[in-house]
Amino acid sequence: MFKISRKWTSILAAAVVGGSMFVGSSWAQDAAAPAAAATPTPTPTIETRVADLEAYVTNSSPNTTQIGPLGATSGPGHNAWMMVSAAFVLMMTLPGLALFYGGLVRAKNVLSIVAMCFGITGLVSILWWAVGYSLVFGTSFGNPFLGGSEFFFFKGVTSAPNTSYAYWVSQNVFAIFQLTFAIITPALIFGATAERIKFSAVMLFTFLWMFVVYFPLAHMVWGGTGLMNGVWNASAKIPAIDFAGGTVVHMSSGWTALILCLILGKRLGYGKEPMPPHSMVACFIGTALLWVGWYGFNAGSAVAADGVAANAFLTTTLATAVASFVWPMVEWLFKGKPSILGFCSGAVAGLVVITPACGFVNSTGAVIIGVAAGIVPFIAVTYLKALIGYDDALDTFGVHAIGGTMGALLTGVLVAPEVNANLSAPGVAGANGLLAAITSHTLVIAQLKAVGITIALAVVGTAVIGLLVKFTIGLRPTPENESQGLDITDHGEEGYILN
Amino acid sequence: MKKIEAIIKPFKLEEVKDALADLGIEGMTVSEVKGFGRQKGHTEIYRGSEYTVDFLPKIKIEVVLSDSLLESATAAIVKAAKTGKIGDGKVFVSPVEEAIRIRTDETGEKAV
Repeated sequence: MFKISRKWTSILAAAVVGGSMFVGSSWAQDAAAPAAAATPTPTPTIETRVADLEAYVTNSSPNTTQIGPLGATSGPGHNAWMMVSAAFVLMMTLPGLALFYGGLVRAKNVLSIVAMCFGITGLVSILWWAVGYSLVFGTSFGNPFLGGSEFFFFKGVTSAPNTSYAYWVSQNVFAIFQLTFAIITPALIFGATAERIKFSAVMLFTFLWMFVVYFPLAHMVWGGTGLMNGVWNASAKIPAIDFAGGTVVHMSSGWTALILCLILGKRLGYGKEPMPPHSMVACFIGTALLWVGWYGFNAGSAVAADGVAANAFLTTTLATAVASFVWPMVEWLFKGKPSILGFCSGAVAGLVVITPACGFVNSTGAVIIGVAAGIVPFIAVTYLKALIGYDDALDTFGVHAIGGTMGALLTGVLVAPEVNANLSAPGVAGANGLLAAITSHTLVIAQLKAVGITIALAVVGTAVIGLLVKFTIGLRPTPENESQGLDITDHGEEGYILN
Repeated sequence: MKKIEAIIKPFKLEEVKDALADLGIEGMTVSEVKGFGRQKGHTEIYRGSEYTVDFLPKIKIEVVLSDSLLESATAAIVKAAKTGKIGDGKVFVSPVEEAIRIRTDETGEKAV
């Protein structure tokens, strides 16, 4: 045990230091962190102070030339919502996803799912603190593909807002909110590989994948200088939109899942022996926690308690409720019975598909998305999977990749500019072509480009990392261990001792 | 002495137990078992995966009794456990050579 933990510690430390040095040496010359202009100003007038209060209520910028008492502080309402949202999104992984996935595997592997969710939470938090947050939300590289080095080790990440992303939310809250997204994304991948991947392989793959796929992709989509950040980057080359992570979270994890499960191969006995879920009750509880937590994910992605968040709250509910109803009804029609797994799958599919759209579409768009989410992923996991024959154990590809891709494209079709002022802001959307794309109904072209880049990055990145892990520490347990179950062989415990 | 082994539908256990008690039969052993005869199993569907579950849950009752009670006991079990639908179960009868009550060392029919 001691030897293993020492090995892990040194791998981690070396990689963190190595990663930061790599970035530091190759980009340092471009680094010019924008220092806040803190020129001494006269006592703010009462007009400035009232205007700052109004700015807090309307979630707009406080006066920056005459810094008042609210100038560099967070707003309690917005901050409160974002802290709740961050906790909600963490709840999606622990225990939401752990129970959703854990219920769907056989009893002998339930703890391996819990371990991977928990392990990823800790590992990604360390990476996020050290370099991840900065590589995604920094801007010092001035680069469309990777952020900057100014926030390495959370330097300068304080309770004051980072106004590039939110006028009234503390940057430390914003950083932790975004951390919870970085946690759930790799955790989603390992549904496809469930019951036949070593814990050590999960950790090493995740470590590498965050650098190769997640950090660059999240910067491209959400970073201030990101390549396809149509809403916030005035010079985005591709004016695409992704409100809460259809590309960053669901497409990236879903397409990665497909490639990784192909590299990994099928479970022993797949197609020959039954592998039914060991607890549909756990799966249901996990699904319900995912749904509730997803309000933090989607409405929280407004990074304010404002009207955009309110709209996302509505669209998330509608799309999810509709999809959770349509999926089991379609199943009833074609398979004879409406199953609990059908209700659960429909809810998750609805949540996935509305994710990129929730802050950009209206209620009609949300219902259309709900119907599509109840039908298309159902076809993917029921018929496409059987046709192609890959062993995507828990249907990460069928739900997250298919659903996420469909959501990114539907966002381009169903976008409703009246629900979100950022879609028509002259300074950004007007400058990078987003506004023009929306008015000419060609936004779907930008969305297609974003989809293409996301798939390419996830597929190529995963192929390289997956093979690297396979030929170094190995991906799969021995056949004996796989038959016995990973709970005992990898963790020395059993999920249930019933006597 | 004879032993009756009756495989019945689980929800019929109470009725069978009461019918045997009415005959004065004072003891029995009950187990939850799985198996199939002509009824076969059922299909479970989890998204794209369909599994046939061959073994259905049943209850096995074991009763050891004197030869004189045998006919009325088997008739009572058959009557109580019958639904008329496939899967009602079966009754097996076999001879028992000896029985011993551990507490008192009694043997034979006195012990059952």
